Amino acid sequence: MSEGTLYDKVWDRHTVTRLPTGQDQLFVGLHLIHEVTSPQAFGMLQERDLEVAYPDLTHATVDHIVPTSSKERPYTDDAAEEMMAELEANVRESGIEFSHPDTGEQGIVHVIGPEQGLTQPGTTIVCGDSHTSTHGAFGALAFGIGTSQIRDVLATGTIAMEKQKVRKIEVTGELGDSVEAKDIILEIIRRLGTEGGVGYVYEYAGEAIENLDMEGRMSICNMSIEGGARAGYINPDETTYEWLEGRDRVPEGEAFEERKKYWESVRSDDDAEYDDVVTIDASELEPVVTWGTTPGQGVGVTEPIPEPESLADDKVETARRAQKHMRVEPGETMEGYPIDVAFLGSCTNARLPDLRRAARLVKGRTVDPNVRAMVVPGSQQVKKAAEEEGLDEIFIEAGFDWRGAGCSMCLGMNEDQLEGDEACASSSNRNFVGRQGSKDGRTVLMNPRMVVAAAINGAVTDVRTMKEVTINE
Amino acid sequence: MSDEVTIPSVESVSGTGVAIRGNDIDTDQIIPARFMKVVTFDGLGEFAFFDQRFTDDDSQKEHPLNEPAHQDASVMVTNANFGCGSSREHAPQALMRWGIDAFIGESFAEIFAGNCLALGMPTLEADTETVETLQSWVEANPDGEIDIDVANETVTYDGKTVDVTVDDAQRKALVEGVWDTTALMKANAEAVRETAESLPYVEDGKRV
Ligand code: SF4
Repeated sequence: MSEGTLYDKVWDRHTVTRLPTGQDQLFVGLHLIHEVTSPQAFGMLQERDLEVAYPDLTHATVDHIVPTSSKERPYTDDAAEEMMAELEANVRESGIEFSHPDTGEQGIVHVIGPEQGLTQPGTTIVCGDSHTSTHGAFGALAFGIGTSQIRDVLATGTIAMEKQKVRKIEVTGELGDSVEAKDIILEIIRRLGTEGGVGYVYEYAGEAIENLDMEGRMSICNMSIEGGARAGYINPDETTYEWLEGRDRVPEGEAFEERKKYWESVRSDDDAEYDDVVTIDASELEPVVTWGTTPGQGVGVTEPIPEPESLADDKVETARRAQKHMRVEPGETMEGYPIDVAFLGSCTNARLPDLRRAARLVKGRTVDPNVRAMVVPGSQQVKKAAEEEGLDEIFIEAGFDWRGAGCSMCLGMNEDQLEGDEACASSSNRNFVGRQGSKDGRTVLMNPRMVVAAAINGAVTDVRTMKEVTINE
Repeated sequence: MSDEVTIPSVESVSGTGVAIRGNDIDTDQIIPARFMKVVTFDGLGEFAFFDQRFTDDDSQKEHPLNEPAHQDASVMVTNANFGCGSSREHAPQALMRWGIDAFIGESFAEIFAGNCLALGMPTLEADTETVETLQSWVEANPDGEIDIDVANETVTYDGKTVDVTVDDAQRKALVEGVWDTTALMKANAEAVRETAESLPYVEDGKRV
């Protein structure tokens, strides 16, 4: 078993007791809720006549079903309106703070948590959403949970969990030009497999990780779940503390220095023991794109798509089916794969630095006339900040649709969906069949600059072949 | 009141089976996101594996869950990494409401297995060969009875008994009837408060 890692330390600090099941009862420092997975849990609470135990440690937002074209109520989609109304009623009755669209603080739950300083190192965070792993970028233990567990947390402020093993993923070396955090995580999943992380939490470490900004770290931790790991984290450091200082809900002045001591104390010890260690050399990477229908089916943009038969036995059939669905041939590269839609958004890659990098590439270019391209900022605050820098104009001039904050085409629960067999260059995290709203739709995952490059050229493009323009920031 | 909720123990499950073949079957396939625009889980059963079961104009496709012989199945037999992807409890809820009480598979995604446990549904694991043999048998014998013994980690069918494994915590929770963790943990409210107050970032149940 691991010892002396951040995971061990934060786990121990939050353990209430050992349950008769053998699981630990863990205190939850922050419970994030959204409209899709919480209403049933509130329903279960009412059935049992229970109240929310720690409303002040609970925070709500709305993201999956919100239209990104207009905030106007009632929503044109009755089902969406019902879910929103239900959430409004639940938070009102329970006294839970709500980043409602009217506050200007609404956004994807994994974007607004960090943005508002709710996400802090050394805390435990849960949400009824698998990408809660994102918050691990700050050195928090953050887990996605199911609705029955949401009920547990609402009713008791705790969760029953079994401790897992810790795998350290050491990413050494320096990233090449135009290779991003997203490429690191796609590569990790490709190498270790979509189920490689089952039973583990991932600790991302090494030079390449330390050099990333917080947004890049979030992109990596975000997709831990695609690698099968329930959680992923990065030890907090000066980059983390600088990012947090001055945000709402983060202690100020002396209290900040005091809190920082706690944050430092939970960092993994230099001689911490891990259950497994994997090393990846970042300098070898090129932009990674997926060719299939699981996030593990990735390939360097100039590398050939693998023959299914060359893969592990249990992957052959899935690969064959995926290649048929995607209409790709082994031996070809993904470079040149025609796309119909470009989606720059989601909790993986819709933060300000993602949009800035993409805008630098877009400036002075136009979207291919056959491509439907959209930018969906991760939160209202990201949107506002981007507009203050004039990024919206760059995108709009180039022919992108500039939309309101939400999950949007990441999962197609609102009106933003693929149609028929459209192929989409997407900065999101899942390329499962049907994920973007059409069961015949084809999703190609890639980093945000690769998405806009694909939008401009109408096909998957090696972004390293394109020049970018400097924008006055 | 929570204290009065009695949690049934799940020591065994019996019934006929249905095989869902394929590795990495994700929760988007089990219940497409568009059916999640609901505020209760009622009625989700009919949407289980919807896009695999129905064409665009809602006519039936070939799928094990559409076959008349499998309509009463209560044991789903799956391959590796079943239930991966989103944490939506809508997935096991839909399968439970369709009629499934237990899963036997090569492996399950963790959140999926956790969600199943919270509903009192065991997720039993076995090696590839054992699972594939069972799948073929289920396909050939849709009315064949399968008996799952959770406590002893065995599955009996076709006159033979094979070993399966159940995660320790899951087995204990099911067999001892302590899988409803809300009631279990609510009883420790005082200890919870103490843990909370020992943390530097919580005071009086509030963030500081
Ligand atoms: S952006 Fe996508 S992955 Fe992220 S929370 Fe929304 S639906 Fe889930």
